[in-house]
Amino acid sequence: MSDNEFKDWMAPDPQAGEDGLLMTAIPHSRELGMRLVSREPDEAVMMIPYDPRLIGDPETGVMHGGAITALLDTCCGTAVMMSSKKPASTATLDLRINYMRPATPEKPVYAHAHCYRATRSVGFVRAVAYHESRDDPIATASAAFILNYKGGKA
Amino acid sequence: MSGTQDDAFAALTAKIPYITFLGVQFQRRGDEVTGQLVYAPELIGNPMLPALHGGATGAFLEITALTSLAWVAALERMSADQGWDGTFAPQPKTVDFTIDYLRSGKPQDAYARAIILRRGRRIANVRVEAWQEERGKPFVAAHGHFLLPQDGG
Repeated sequence: MSDNEFKDWMAPDPQAGEDGLLMTAIPHSRELGMRLVSREPDEAVMMIPYDPRLIGDPETGVMHGGAITALLDTCCGTAVMMSSKKPASTATLDLRINYMRPATPEKPVYAHAHCYRATRSVGFVRAVAYHESRDDPIATASAAFILNYKGGKA
Repeated sequence: MSGTQDDAFAALTAKIPYITFLGVQFQRRGDEVTGQLVYAPELIGNPMLPALHGGATGAFLEITALTSLAWVAALERMSADQGWDGTFAPQPKTVDFTIDYLRSGKPQDAYARAIILRRGRRIANVRVEAWQEERGKPFVAAHGHFLLPQDGG
């Protein structure tokens, strides 16, 4: 897979600032303000800025878990795309999320995902959602993804 | 604000910004709650298929599970003669949530219903499924544990 093909699938906005690249190619990720902070082989880091539209508990202002679900799903999928199998695309088979604590209002939420194993057909991923440190998680995730290749053969 | 069960049901979800952001609406018959994810182009995750974003459909299921739990709790608080007193218990908190993606979500409305398998004193276990054209062909299913608010603490 060339980097151009990768960009075809999820092109970040090259105009974005230091908080990462806005994910313009995925409409729902863009709507969430999701940003690709970094990516390297088997790994990705993404972020959602705090946004009052994403509040799940109006009493506290805490971001809804659903927004964190979308962040973790997208981050895990990107880590799979960054795996050595170089799939043309990928789709989530399952995603389990454990919530350790509520996100802190006003703070951006980051996610780090690691595709720790990829077979020809399936990628296995672990991810953490956090504010400042992966050692102080808001949520952790474990997921499996199906890998798709050009021409449809897996 | 106070009033009937219908008033309470309408108020239950109206105050949560993320439910509005995602475009989720609810209908109810008695204690049965059905969520509806109203299609919008902003819900797409794969523009090439196109398919709904797995994060959006997963969130839709989590919202449906939480709302179903909150509605059961609200019904318990409402006695038949007094109606709704205008307040709700604090929301349940998600402990874990596991989503199985069965088919890609088409660019159209989706529906979801939750089954509360167990509602204990502290923890509830909930299953939830979403479908589009056929109730018998779910495209996403999930199950999760939820921490319930404690009376008096």
